[in-house]
Amino acid sequence: MSRFLIRRLLGAIPLLFGVAVISFMLMQVAPGGPDATYARSPRMTDERLQALREKMGLDQSIPVQFVKWIQNLLRGDLGSSYVQNRPVTQVIQDAFPNTLLLVTVGLILALVFALLFGVLAAVNPYGWFDNVTALISYFGLAMPVFWFGLMLQILFSVKLGWLPSSGLHDPQNPGVLDTLEHLVLPAVTLAIGSIAVWSRYIRSSTIETLQHDYVRTARAKGLSDRSVLSRHVLRNSLTSFITVAAIDIPLYLTGVVFIETVFSLPGMGRLFYDSLTRRDYPVLMGILMFSATLIIIGNLIADLIYAKLDPRVSFE
Amino acid sequence: MSAGVVTLDEVVGNDAGFVQARTPTQLAWGRFKRSRLAIMGVAMLAVIILLSVLAPWIAPHGQNEIDLFSIKAPPSREHLLGTDSLGRDVLSRLLYGGRMSLAIGIAAALICTLVGIFFGAIAGYYGGWIDGTIMRFVDLMLAFPSIFLLLIIAAMFEGISVWGVILFLGLFSWMWLTRIIRGEFLSLKQRDFVEAARSIGTPDGQIIRRHLLPNVIGAIVVTFTLDVALFMLAEAGLSFLGFGVPPGIPTWGNMLNESRTDYLSEPLLAVVPGLALTLCVLAFNFVGDGLRDAFDPKGIRG
Repeated sequence: MSRFLIRRLLGAIPLLFGVAVISFMLMQVAPGGPDATYARSPRMTDERLQALREKMGLDQSIPVQFVKWIQNLLRGDLGSSYVQNRPVTQVIQDAFPNTLLLVTVGLILALVFALLFGVLAAVNPYGWFDNVTALISYFGLAMPVFWFGLMLQILFSVKLGWLPSSGLHDPQNPGVLDTLEHLVLPAVTLAIGSIAVWSRYIRSSTIETLQHDYVRTARAKGLSDRSVLSRHVLRNSLTSFITVAAIDIPLYLTGVVFIETVFSLPGMGRLFYDSLTRRDYPVLMGILMFSATLIIIGNLIADLIYAKLDPRVSFE
Repeated sequence: MSAGVVTLDEVVGNDAGFVQARTPTQLAWGRFKRSRLAIMGVAMLAVIILLSVLAPWIAPHGQNEIDLFSIKAPPSREHLLGTDSLGRDVLSRLLYGGRMSLAIGIAAALICTLVGIFFGAIAGYYGGWIDGTIMRFVDLMLAFPSIFLLLIIAAMFEGISVWGVILFLGLFSWMWLTRIIRGEFLSLKQRDFVEAARSIGTPDGQIIRRHLLPNVIGAIVVTFTLDVALFMLAEAGLSFLGFGVPPGIPTWGNMLNESRTDYLSEPLLAVVPGLALTLCVLAFNFVGDGLRDAFDPKGIRG
């Protein structure tokens, strides 16, 4: 177990290094950047620009800059934002909790509804419920995420006036309930794609599991449908589902960019979009590194859970 | 019973009593025809493609023709789907936009497929360090959230051309196909017919093209179909955020981007292009799923 863990962790290192190299190269070829920003200032003289470049280390050769950058990276220093004049790690730290909140609520919604739809559809394949959920998931997959968000805003915020259309807090009326109210639409938007894919996946794996002998045995010994489903079927259909869910992590990250932009949520996605429009490259690279790390860790965790749930998977 | 297709009746009811051999493609087509969703997808696609190709002839107005007397007008006889904030006819832009969005999706999918086949074939056929290098590179590319990378690059280049969008989409998405083809090639190349071809001195390139690739045509066609849909969605996403196709060129993504300022008061401006895109993606997905089931009825290749 620990050997497996160590090997996988070691395997992640070159991957992260590659991500760092590509991020650095992107920053090198990027037009603009700090000196261009300062050079535009009317009171900027050549000498002062040169002094600034020296201060930022931009006058050194590219390999030297790279080594420095990697050293800083290892110390957890991602440089500082051109726009906000604060360390990138701080900027990300401020935004990340909001995103984490959104993703957590979204994930819970996705899991609950995917399980519900998937298992109920599997109990009676090709029944009306199965067909309706099939149709919903076809649409859920085909819709652009952000468009679904716009439609929810139009329907529930403008036409019906039930839920707030943007932001995370109402300054007049703060509180947990208020935040949750603000999170409903974005979280549903985030979850819809996963509900679409996962419910279908759970449906087919549940149908497959239902045909096994041990399910018949469980039924034969008099267990109720409910306990057969929850104790015998679900556990088995969940194991393979974990890997499918892990593949979706990058999808969540991209979804967050669009959803936070549409719903004006002050999270990582919104930060990414704002940094894009302002060309704040250090923040962009920071987010890129951060999310690549999340993806790699997510895959690792998925492997571990998978092995934990399925005793047949060996770690060697 | 369309021409050129051997149906079951024709085969079984053969006068001589022989069962006529059918190629895998014919078998797949037979299965494809039986899927109602797939046929519906084909019909939807036929309509969408026809409308897009004919856009210049059937659009009631020019794509950038401005009617200053009707800005943000509701649907009327003159403008069937109303006009946008600049007084341009929404229906006409929808038709032209579909043309451009489809073209971008198909072109990007072509690039993605060609690159994917190239790397997958080389990695799977040659194995060894070539395979190792290519697959590590694939892992690396997959570790990036590709939309992030695309957005950063698009922001760097201060707006990219249509060709830029196509190239970027294609060049950052070939990894899945490479993985599939490499896996198939690894097992296929052990088979006797490849050994036989090699033993009579067939050059590598010809073995790959004539003997190996036809065996993975199903995976390629399925991936291509689903990729077109994915790229149309990606184009819409990039353009929606303002980092895709240059503004002014109508695409469904750009129409959604233009609607951002006033979709809350003029919902139709956002509903129309989004719905068109959803239906189009739906059609591609129907066809793609139908093809997958047709080529691989047991679902072995996922």
